[in-house]
Amino acid sequence: MSWLIKSSIGRKFVQSISGLFLILFLLFHMSMNLVLIFNYETYNFLANEILGANWWAIIGTGVIALGFVVHVIYAIILTLQNMKARGNDRYASSSKTKTTWSSKNMFVLGLFILLFLFLHLYQMWYQMQFKELFMIEGARHDGAQLVEEVFSQLWVVIIYVIAFIALWFHLTHGFWSALHSVGWNNTVWMKRLKVLGNIISTAISLGFIIVAIAIYLGYSNLLG
Amino acid sequence: MDKDINIKVKVWRQNGPKDKGYFETFPLENISQGSSFLEMLDILNENLINEGKEPVVFDHDCREGICGMCSLYINGHPHGPDEGITTCQLHMRRFNDGDTITVEPWRSAGFPIIKDLIVDRTAFDKIIQAGGYVSVNTGSAVDANAIPIPRDDAEMAMDAAACIGCGACVAACKNGSAMLFVSAKVSQLALLPQGRVEATRRAKSMVAKMDELGFGNCTNTGACEVECPKNISISNIARLNREFLKAKFQD
Ligand code: HEM
Ligand code: SF4
Ligand code: FES
Repeated sequence: MSWLIKSSIGRKFVQSISGLFLILFLLFHMSMNLVLIFNYETYNFLANEILGANWWAIIGTGVIALGFVVHVIYAIILTLQNMKARGNDRYASSSKTKTTWSSKNMFVLGLFILLFLFLHLYQMWYQMQFKELFMIEGARHDGAQLVEEVFSQLWVVIIYVIAFIALWFHLTHGFWSALHSVGWNNTVWMKRLKVLGNIISTAISLGFIIVAIAIYLGYSNLLG
Repeated sequence: MDKDINIKVKVWRQNGPKDKGYFETFPLENISQGSSFLEMLDILNENLINEGKEPVVFDHDCREGICGMCSLYINGHPHGPDEGITTCQLHMRRFNDGDTITVEPWRSAGFPIIKDLIVDRTAFDKIIQAGGYVSVNTGSAVDANAIPIPRDDAEMAMDAAACIGCGACVAACKNGSAMLFVSAKVSQLALLPQGRVEATRRAKSMVAKMDELGFGNCTNTGACEVECPKNISISNIARLNREFLKAKFQD
């Protein structure tokens, strides 16, 4: 299995699978967030009973964290190797080749997402699952209320929106690129996968953003 | 109508692989727009020789777009601003009176500069030697149509076989990746029954050689496809990924 680190296509395979896994996680996370718009009680039930500090939720968190760590480590390896392969000599007549912006800035976009992730983990996960797990004072079980408090601050909402715009760019390239990397593509499917990628990235980013803005403006908990 | 134009060419000069390079700008007068880009460089070199100076060194051979020898990064594009042609097929009517044309060598760690505009592309030969062929027993020639091949496959193989190994894909790539070239060379054989026999071994050893020579990881940015003079499609890269992963999972 050493080809997964030693060969270029092997490394891209790992990056692609970890990226697709993270997309699946985000789809789940986004769906759960949408519940906040309608009902706080249901959300708290989901957050505490279905997830919370149960063993399955802890294993789940571990697996997702592993996915992130693998994705980020490979991102660093790939990016460094590519800079080396490109060499230090730049073109004076700077490249005029038409390519998409996001495809050339995956690492910068990723870094931005990572920074946001630290803030996000501190504001949410640390206050709930982490504190409960390690018996730290002040663990929160009222997830919905915590989220509401966090999103009542304008600066959080702004950072949140920017982060998901960065994610949108990351995924409009990332989705089809990942399927290309695992070899699923040809002239016919390439166009379809690009369209599908745009739909999925928009759904994910919009889903997250809508909830944050709805809470900030007070349009959440419609049923409760 | 083609006119005669006055231009300046700003070319990269570098004495040897280890020397420091620099740009030198030469004015050229009355260049016919009907002449080819390389003819323009020939005129420049003739002037330089007549003045007792050292001519600008650049690669070329067939001058009809089939050998893959010419290179040159012209005004921000490998093979110049036109699409789907090589530098030797580029004409001066693409340029206007008063233009300054910047001419650079391919720049990528896998293609070190030998002198001026010539780079060392033997890395591509090494990749081909690693598996870009079919093994055939000698004897009397086999009938070419003995094995029927579906038309679409034959067409796709032929499209991939159009690659002339010029290296523009590497030159255009922000990752110095050779995936478009390698994928074309793997595809042209993998699509045909004669090439299937050695398909797994070929994919593995050509990719291994490509990695060993220090070419980058493909991020599917697609600059290669845009600049390739033979319009090789990046769907070949997906096919290479598929061939390689299939081969590895079979192990
Ligand atoms: C929720 C978060 C994320 C998701 C859903 C995600 C998803 C993806 C996907 C699907 C790809 C395409 C893989 C391929 O081209 O084969 C990708 C590529 C990439 N990701 Fe992420 N990613 C995320 C976070 C990050 C982070 C935090 C970084 C860190 C720096 C990062 C850096 C990269 C880089 C550099 C690439 C390009 C790799 C290459 O093509 O060589 N990503 N990502
Ligand atoms: S794929 Fe295109 S750009 Fe690359 S070597 Fe072949 S012909 Fe040249
Ligand atoms: S000189 Fe042969 S392809 Fe240009």
